[in-house]
Amino acid sequence: MYIPHTDEQRQMMLDAIGVSSVDDLFADVPTGLPVAELDLPVGADEMTVFRRLSERAAQNRPVPPSRLFLGAGAYTHFIPAVVDAMISRGEFLTSYTPYQPEASQGTLTAIYEFQSMVASLYGLEVANASLYDGASALAEAAIVAVRHTGRSKVLVSETVHPHYRQTLHTYLARQPVEIITMPHREGTSDVEALVGVCDKTVAAMVLQHPNFFGRLEPLATLAEQAHRHGTLVAVSGHPLAFGVLAPPGVLGADLACGEGQPLGLPLSYGGPYVGLLAARRSLVRKLPGRLVGKTVDAAGNPGYVLTLQTREQHIRREKATSNICTNQGLCALAATVYLSLLGPVGLAEVATRNVQHADRLRRAIRTSRAFADGRVSFPFDGPCFNEFVLQVSGDPDVVLANLRAQGIVGGVALRRWFPALDRHLLVCTTEVHTAADHAAYVSALEAAL
Amino acid sequence: MRNEPAIFALSVPGRRAVRFAEGDDCRPIEALLPPEQVRALPALLPEVSEPDVVRHYTALSQLNLGVDNAFYPLGSCTMKYNPRVNEAAVRLPGFAALHPLQDDADAQGTLGLLAELERYLCAITGMDACSLVPAAGAQGEFAGVRMIAAYFAARGEFQRTTLIVPDTAHGTNPASAVMCGFAPVEIASRRDGRIDLDALAPHLDERLAGIMLTNPNTLGLFEGEILEVSRRIHEVGGLLYYDGANLNAIVGRYRPGDMGFDVVHLNTHKTFSTPHGGGGPGCGPVAVRSALAPFLPLPRIVEKQGTYRILDSAPQSIGRLHAFAGNVAVAIRAYAYICRHGRDGLPEIARHAVLNANYLLARLGRIYERPYAGFCMHEFVLSLRKELQDHDVRALDVAKRLLDLGMYAPTVYFPLLVKEGMLIEPTETESLETLDRFVEAMARVHQEMELDPEALRTAPHTTPCHRLDDVLAARKPILSVLDECPTLF
Repeated sequence: MYIPHTDEQRQMMLDAIGVSSVDDLFADVPTGLPVAELDLPVGADEMTVFRRLSERAAQNRPVPPSRLFLGAGAYTHFIPAVVDAMISRGEFLTSYTPYQPEASQGTLTAIYEFQSMVASLYGLEVANASLYDGASALAEAAIVAVRHTGRSKVLVSETVHPHYRQTLHTYLARQPVEIITMPHREGTSDVEALVGVCDKTVAAMVLQHPNFFGRLEPLATLAEQAHRHGTLVAVSGHPLAFGVLAPPGVLGADLACGEGQPLGLPLSYGGPYVGLLAARRSLVRKLPGRLVGKTVDAAGNPGYVLTLQTREQHIRREKATSNICTNQGLCALAATVYLSLLGPVGLAEVATRNVQHADRLRRAIRTSRAFADGRVSFPFDGPCFNEFVLQVSGDPDVVLANLRAQGIVGGVALRRWFPALDRHLLVCTTEVHTAADHAAYVSALEAAL
Repeated sequence: MRNEPAIFALSVPGRRAVRFAEGDDCRPIEALLPPEQVRALPALLPEVSEPDVVRHYTALSQLNLGVDNAFYPLGSCTMKYNPRVNEAAVRLPGFAALHPLQDDADAQGTLGLLAELERYLCAITGMDACSLVPAAGAQGEFAGVRMIAAYFAARGEFQRTTLIVPDTAHGTNPASAVMCGFAPVEIASRRDGRIDLDALAPHLDERLAGIMLTNPNTLGLFEGEILEVSRRIHEVGGLLYYDGANLNAIVGRYRPGDMGFDVVHLNTHKTFSTPHGGGGPGCGPVAVRSALAPFLPLPRIVEKQGTYRILDSAPQSIGRLHAFAGNVAVAIRAYAYICRHGRDGLPEIARHAVLNANYLLARLGRIYERPYAGFCMHEFVLSLRKELQDHDVRALDVAKRLLDLGMYAPTVYFPLLVKEGMLIEPTETESLETLDRFVEAMARVHQEMELDPEALRTAPHTTPCHRLDDVLAARKPILSVLDECPTLF
């Protein structure tokens, strides 16, 4: 318990107020409202609580990074130790949203750095201070496009993460906006279909690159076609990919979004993560979330403040661009520290390793007996970032269970989202995997098939 | 303490902290990617060493005030102590290394904990079902209001389009209403700061979806007529939504369910001590009566004979809000906090939060104007309109001067109802000594209004920077280092 009062102090305070007991202070509560008796256990000391939590943690069965080959929106990347050391500092951990900027220059400066890094990473001009995660960032990007164009249709490719598409539907459900989902063709967006449906009634074409299957999309072509109709292009992308891939902004995107978990955040069963959103300058006043700007103080020295706050709920209320208030501040700080540690060269390096390792693992699978006799194949060939699709001859859930029995989380079966892909696995590899890890995967896969 | 520049200023070409050596048997990147898909210009990131990074972010942290190093009486934010055992718990590898798409069999610890937390939050709120998925209070509000919409749609009551919101409501309330396709109707509060039953009357018809309330309200006052309000809303078929921002005043002692609320959202980063982190991550669980349970967001956690499963679909759910199960590690912190306090400790939080606030109100009420008579709950407002009139000093100036005295300022200009308002919430983890120091600081500032008002108008003086020009920042937005040196981009 964290309450510091002694009996004496409580008495002194009650005397100062002029009541005889704390219960007197609840005089405004009507007698018709009962004092509750909570159906909870009694409180426990720290030792007991920590023990209970440790027991719960021990009931989980994570695997070490060397044995984790599952991505699909959450990735096992290397996290330098400095990241956690910095975000554990009490002045960052326990501070509030920086509404009093003179006492929050630490947080504000770091957010300004974050905005700069995210914008540049995605090849665009402005980024906000973060959103909840990649899925809600995608939904918010679509909403920006709807507001900006005044149109009421959104095209979304099936190659966007299924959970992101579901989140988009939830966000737009009570808005007069129609969402049209375009099917994929062999693991990438069907360009003809998308272009065929795109017209002057479409606010946004929403894509993912690298896409959910790990493949690269023909972004430049799609963007060019969309822009002919004044449709905005919103692209969701794994941030590390753009250490080596041309970023969405350069290829024609008007909005870029993504999941920042790969930038220094642990897997933690799905959260807290961090939503990234970047855009062309012309869209800045439609952006949701906080924005930090540089300014000067009364002595002419540089400093940082929250700015363009008239977009936000605490000022604009029902006319706000979004209802978002608390975002993912500490997670954005982790991402900023991570990117500072990598620098442009480190970022290019880690991105390169991801591409190289996906290639190495695929080559290793290709040299296996299982590949030779057709028990495993690559249905969608082509360049990828750090994920690819494997097709297996047996039941993919049985294959994964067999891999799991050998201590490997081998990927995820796609049929839960794509019924036609009923023999397909999405497999992920990152910079953390050595050649030996890949060899171990391949021999385990042989045994599992 | 000097101001530390942004990290780009420390950049020296050729420096870096992290390397990724090329492993065995890797092909060159040119062989793996088509040239038109390769990045031409590097991203604009600083080139710094690891010691540089540590020094820089350590220096930045020292420019911040947090609960750890200052009294933080921000009304409506509940800036209480953030227990470190919660930080240690979420870093246990069993929790931290678990991938969200691993088989349920691998996640029984986390799933079991989250299911238990859902039950605890139902017990605390008096609701029947709960979801931990929303990532913050505002997302919890969105979920709650979406469920209200889904509930009426399922009953074919499409004419219910209005949501009543008092003029004291937090801005997220009307914003969430609009996001869900409702028309928020603002009603003026009574003179005594409470909801006006007469103002309610014209909206009590079949077009009413419901009302969004905070209790105690944002003035820190308990809505004594809540049972009557709830009766009238329910009588016309409407629902009551509870904004849990102020739960700290009543946690463990009274339950929103007993007041008549049908949907509740909570802010774990307020009542349940999860850290504010400079703006998140939070967690905004939403809890409902059983009639609304089918609409809860996805994914759900279900239990059968002691085994837990994640459910990815449910026919009437409002759907996903998040790629996975929400801010899980934040929920784990809240769970640890509730275990620590239990049914006996939680009501002590409320009692001491209310005691601390009333102590401050009694003492400060002798120096500053109290717009509302009687006791407050966990927070209270003061009005500095007399000080503006007599000394041309505003609430904002007082806030800035408090920063000089090593304290974070209270909330100013919220709720909008109070002229030159200051909303003060000490929380239960502050000691009598700290409260007395705050009273002394506020008394001193009041004296300075007579003796040296200009010092207040130009405050702060001893913080890492002086008062910042936010008008300039909005007029000429410089939002990234790219804006400062466009040629680098």
